[in-house]
Amino acid sequence: MSGINRVKPRGVIVGVVAIVLATVVFIVPFVFIFLTAAKGQTEASLLQFSWPTEWLLLDNVREVLETRDGILVRSFVNSAVLTVVSVAIMVVLAAMVGYVLQRRQSRWNPLVNMLVLAGLIIPPAVVPTIWVLQGLGIFKTLPGLIAVHIAFGLSFCILLFKAFVATIPRELDEAALIDGAGPLRLFFSVVFPLLRSVIVTVIVVQSVTVFNDFTYALYFLPGEENSTVQLTLYNFQSQGLNQWSLLFTDVLLITVPPLIMYIFFNRQIVAGMTSGAVKG
Amino acid sequence: MSTATKTIAPRKRERSRIKSPYPTWFYIPAGVFYLVLFLVPTGASLYFALTRWSIFDVEFIGIDNFVQFFQEPSLVKGFVNTFFYAFVTSGLKVVLGLLLGVLLTSQIIARGFLRSVVFFPVLVSTIGVGVTFKVLLDPFDGLLNGALATIGIEGPGWLTDPAWALFSVALVDVWKGVGLATLIYIAGIVAIPQEYYEAARVDGASGFQNFRFITLPLSRPATVTVIILSLIGGLRSFDLIWTMTRGGPGFTSDVIASVIYKQYQAGFYGLSTAGNVVLIVVVAAIVVPVSIWLNRKGAEA
Repeated sequence: MSGINRVKPRGVIVGVVAIVLATVVFIVPFVFIFLTAAKGQTEASLLQFSWPTEWLLLDNVREVLETRDGILVRSFVNSAVLTVVSVAIMVVLAAMVGYVLQRRQSRWNPLVNMLVLAGLIIPPAVVPTIWVLQGLGIFKTLPGLIAVHIAFGLSFCILLFKAFVATIPRELDEAALIDGAGPLRLFFSVVFPLLRSVIVTVIVVQSVTVFNDFTYALYFLPGEENSTVQLTLYNFQSQGLNQWSLLFTDVLLITVPPLIMYIFFNRQIVAGMTSGAVKG
Repeated sequence: MSTATKTIAPRKRERSRIKSPYPTWFYIPAGVFYLVLFLVPTGASLYFALTRWSIFDVEFIGIDNFVQFFQEPSLVKGFVNTFFYAFVTSGLKVVLGLLLGVLLTSQIIARGFLRSVVFFPVLVSTIGVGVTFKVLLDPFDGLLNGALATIGIEGPGWLTDPAWALFSVALVDVWKGVGLATLIYIAGIVAIPQEYYEAARVDGASGFQNFRFITLPLSRPATVTVIILSLIGGLRSFDLIWTMTRGGPGFTSDVIASVIYKQYQAGFYGLSTAGNVVLIVVVAAIVVPVSIWLNRKGAEA
């Protein structure tokens, strides 16, 4: 008996109803984005859910990329650098903390655990953060925004790493120590490679989070010329230009990276986002 | 390990250098980021909230900012709206997430496809969602009111009517976030041992009884996670509201987070920071007791 045979007739009916509803509620908005992005300007301004009379998707993509001397291309580069650098640093630093926090029982543990939870729950104080960034001379710079993302993202990563390190047997550490590995070798050559699956999860989930972030970019890297893709889209929208086809082409373009992530790392995203669902 | 270092006093120096393969200094690099960009600003906010703070100077004025925060109608509205928004989004995410979770773990066709479709909006940029739904919910040209008109219903001005604006944004938030709640419920429901359902079948339980007496109580950890995650997200929510309504019309859909941004833009840094302190207190005062209460109730059951 294969799995498909176990689906009863009722399952087929419920499934069809669910497919129709899901299509209307969840897919139509995406199709709308796509169709509007493919239309000419006058047609798009009617905001109708209709087939484009003329397919101009590629022309629209070219035009939106050339707008204002390629401001969107620059913001894509910025977002890519921001995402890669902040997630890379976040992963290494959080793995170090999660590892020691799980392995070593000390009187610091309750404090560190509390700080991790606080970082997860407490909303950051934005204006004082700007004040600190100004003091460091990195306000309105990409390194400043990277540092902010690292600081705010650490907590979530530490929790995942801590839970995963618990599944790696201590005997492995002991064997490496007997072979003469120091603490650094032990962590970076023995333990860190074993964390691979959780590292992938953390990278994927945090990349999507950092790439999609709008609030922190708005506060800490404001401006028109040198910002992230989310801020560029926001600026396009708030300038109130009625070039709907270009606006939706931009929406389409910034939806592509998460879509690619989802297609390739479906399982890791699900694992990362539901961690804690079972044990609470 | 620590007792060993205490008892062997003469070799303490030597031992302390090699005492643990898990060095405490591993905390330091992460700790520096956390301390400088999270703890220091949070601590400093407690002082700056008590000042009149502009680009030029900082002047200590006591609790005036907080008095203003709870007296000016536009700011009070933001305070009240924050709770409304958080409770509406969490409530709907729990109910819809549970129903979708049950549906998508039952034997129906196209289950994998449906799971992907429901989940994908979680990964899409909030600004993209906001821009799109602002257009779809347009009172005159919008797709939703157009569709309602064909079946003879005159839809409200979703984002332009003060009575609807905040609720509409909350619905879009649910549209975007229900996939995560569903996923958490699926993980929770799949973890329920099949024996319970088999025993219930022997006893002749109906589908509804299965849901009421097995699925609902045993997916409780998932419920706790969904409630806490959506409360944290809902209370701090800013980007969706800001893209769709900018807190308007007027200030009817303002929340604390958008008030913080508006006051910051206007140059009232002290007042903005006071709003931030209020938000911190609100989030801590709701999330911490709720999570303790939910987890304790779970332990008793």
